[in-house]
Amino acid sequence: MEADAVLDCMGLYCPMPIIETTDKIRELEVGQVLEIIADDKGIVTDMRAWCESTGHEFLGVKEKDGAYRVYIKKRVES
Amino acid sequence: MAEKEKVTIVVFSGELDKALAGFNIATTAAGMGMDVTMFFTFWGLNVIKKNQGRLKSKGRMRKMLNWMNRGGSQRLPLSKFHMFGLGTWMAKKLMGEVRMPTLEDSIATAKRLGVKFVACNTTLGFMGLEEDAFIPEVDSFAGAATFLGEARKDTVNLFI
Repeated sequence: MEADAVLDCMGLYCPMPIIETTDKIRELEVGQVLEIIADDKGIVTDMRAWCESTGHEFLGVKEKDGAYRVYIKKRVES
Repeated sequence: MAEKEKVTIVVFSGELDKALAGFNIATTAAGMGMDVTMFFTFWGLNVIKKNQGRLKSKGRMRKMLNWMNRGGSQRLPLSKFHMFGLGTWMAKKLMGEVRMPTLEDSIATAKRLGVKFVACNTTLGFMGLEEDAFIPEVDSFAGAATFLGEARKDTVNLFI
């Protein structure tokens, strides 16, 4: 999947990936895709919940060697 | 989007671990687009006291209370295993190793994300504290009616 921006959250625990995603998504245009890389398993359910609350689209997640790549499409201005 | 959901958190406790739990939820909720207010009361006021300077207060008993209950984000003990500061020092070290934000970081993040800080006026009065004993991040000083006025509209209410 092609992402417009990548956010490295490796080594960070809850709630830091969420806080950093909140900041990062502001830099994107509506329709663009953000890729978040993290090794905290909680990110998979947390990001889904974050998308539900904020109105952004959860595109999916890929896991490889303990690293999770989460893809989010910016849906609303923030 | 519809009207923002509201969250209020009463921070009653003045311990580091409890304060961190409160700020963890507050910053996450703000990051999720919710409107967050934190009410600091009783020992929770220690979380938002300035770390520098002496606390001014009138009367011998209040002076004694404020001397024993100095507060400030850097002075908070753990609710368990404080061990005269050793346990707290170790916990801070371990949290640093896994890059958890410090309480000071979390206070700054909360402010940046628009979390409102309200300090309980009644406790200020009883402890004999002035408004200048608190960090400038505090938005207002108010009472229970303000809290309930906010809380009744909320979807999430927490007491820590």
